Amino acid sequence: MQPKITLLSDQIINRVLDEAFQLLVKPGIKVRNEEARSLLSEAGAHVNEGSEVVNIPETLVRTSLETVPPEFYLYDLHGNPVVAYSGDKVHFDPGSSGVTVLDPDTLEHKAAETADLIRLIMVAEQLDQLDAQSTAVVCNEVPKEIQDLYRLFIVLTYSRKPIVTGAFTSKTVGSMIEMLSILSGSSKGLREMPRAVFDVCPNPPLIWSDFGCKGLITLAHAGVPVEIVSMPLAGAAAPVTILGTVTQHAAECLAGIAIHQLAQPGAPIVWGGAPAIFDMRKGSAPMGAIETAMIDSSYAQVGKSLNLPTHAYLGATDSKLVDAQAGLESGINALIGALSGINMISGSGMLDFLVCQSAEKLVLDAEGIAMARRFMDGVKVLTEPLATGFFERFDFKGDFLKQKITRELFSKEQYLPTAVIDRNSAGGWKDAGSLDTFSRAKIRVNELIKSYRRPEMDLNLIEALESMVTNLARKVGMDKLPVDLTFPETM
Amino acid sequence: MDNNYQEMAQSILEGDTEKAIDLARRSIEAKIHPLDAISKGFVNGINSIGEQFGRGEAFLPELVMAGEAMKAAVNVLEPELARLGSQREILGRVVLATVEGDIHEIGKSLVGTMLNAAGFEVHDLGVDIPSDVIIKKAISVNADIIGMSALLTTTMVRQQEVIQELDQEGLRPRFKVLIGGAPITREWFTKINADGYSEDAISAVKVARQLVGK
Repeated sequence: MQPKITLLSDQIINRVLDEAFQLLVKPGIKVRNEEARSLLSEAGAHVNEGSEVVNIPETLVRTSLETVPPEFYLYDLHGNPVVAYSGDKVHFDPGSSGVTVLDPDTLEHKAAETADLIRLIMVAEQLDQLDAQSTAVVCNEVPKEIQDLYRLFIVLTYSRKPIVTGAFTSKTVGSMIEMLSILSGSSKGLREMPRAVFDVCPNPPLIWSDFGCKGLITLAHAGVPVEIVSMPLAGAAAPVTILGTVTQHAAECLAGIAIHQLAQPGAPIVWGGAPAIFDMRKGSAPMGAIETAMIDSSYAQVGKSLNLPTHAYLGATDSKLVDAQAGLESGINALIGALSGINMISGSGMLDFLVCQSAEKLVLDAEGIAMARRFMDGVKVLTEPLATGFFERFDFKGDFLKQKITRELFSKEQYLPTAVIDRNSAGGWKDAGSLDTFSRAKIRVNELIKSYRRPEMDLNLIEALESMVTNLARKVGMDKLPVDLTFPETM
Repeated sequence: MDNNYQEMAQSILEGDTEKAIDLARRSIEAKIHPLDAISKGFVNGINSIGEQFGRGEAFLPELVMAGEAMKAAVNVLEPELARLGSQREILGRVVLATVEGDIHEIGKSLVGTMLNAAGFEVHDLGVDIPSDVIIKKAISVNADIIGMSALLTTTMVRQQEVIQELDQEGLRPRFKVLIGGAPITREWFTKINADGYSEDAISAVKVARQLVGK
């Protein structure tokens, strides 16, 4: 029995959906892309070309919902189905699109570059708790025009895991699909065994931009999975109430699904998001707030009621350091995400409102995820009888350590954390250098970087990727890629 | 022969008491000197699991089961040792107890298991043991070390009490006093003038070896 939390009653879910459908009709959705508007118009929606507002009837959306695959997989480099967007399966990946990284020595948030992205990939690659990689940070030394595809290129060459990514422009999404096709052998191969999912974002409130629509349509045609990342900001770009925000989220996702399925019925798409409450003192969007997690858990429940794969941004913190706030926000929210049965939970490693990535936080978050997974595994009957068998030769002594079954079962019952988690005696801790969590995380990161081996890959494919990215870089004024791919070690 | 020794070590490493007993019996039949069986065979298993534990690669259940297997093997070999007029060279004699008013057993027993496995002769009195009983036992077995465990801040004073009694009776120089337990700190160890203290069972063996100069 996988433990679950549900915040909404069936009745409330129905009311959320009912009002979301009402919003799709009135005020409607602003769709800022002509092709998307005509797809919706042809399917029976009313389009006001002047205002770009489309009134989308419920029947149209219901038809689209029928063609959405209820589940699909992401595959690793070797073709293993590693991530199941299905049922209550839960997976985690590092948060993506950070622009800075936490320098572990100076504690500065510095602009991320290629070496920082590689460092994050090396660490995430070896953390079993992270089922997928993400294009975790942008590399600031690379021209803006190719930053999205360049970071995908780096992940593809350093990782074997599935990838959560996204494009920054309509132009580059095609190139990124092509890169994935090269590694998959063909666009058909990519469609059949997708390695990556693309985040595509509506703009709150109730707007699908030209770029967002193009992403939906292009990816639908390519058969590459889309993750809708709707990000209503409760109290600013969305209603202040959790249910109001969850309803807006539903309307934005439903509109996206309609456009996507009209472009290509049956293409895989995920009910996802990165909503947050709006902090009324600082005007910020706290990802670590408990209400943010409540919005996520709630909308996931709405998505599940429609039999859709789900995603959320949880396990991140707004703290600027890997400190106590980071630990408690990330841990609490990761557990909520896991117990909500969300298929892909993005956010590990992230500080500062999803701006800053930290490898040290990744290894700490991996411990939180492991604990959440242990909780999800639930309480199982491992022995029959439950207890009396342990007392068969009992002598009123705490001798359970001597029982063979203790040795057999302890690792089934107990998750054994890495040295990032301190369970030493006070004296033992002192002898080990009196290290705080962050210092222990730094040690673990250094160990992982030392033990990293690049996965074995077809070098011809890597060369093809490299020459493709180099050509694209040259067009925007960068003659040589700031990465050396000639090192020999392989995994 | 080397294979036999390896198998002995392996049986301890695996915490397989029955196999350890069987190998001990077969070594007697094969006229392997019991001291060789211990020092070239079984002890290597306990050392190896201890090292693994220290590196975080083995866990307490494995450690304890290895200790139990070791004890069982030595029990089989001891009569044969006696028959040969020889005895296992012990590192020292330890009287072990949890102090009066305190019924915490696990840590103390673990220390006993590890000391025993390392080659100490351990007299474990159990829990809730009054000071005079501990001292009497130490005198009667001619102990080298008195080991005391206390898990409560309210009972740790009993450790001091034993040391004071030893002082009063002029027995203090005869015994090294080793203390342990969750509330025990270096400050407490210094304050009550004990001879050694340890945070866990593995380092207790190290400290005990130092105390007897081995």
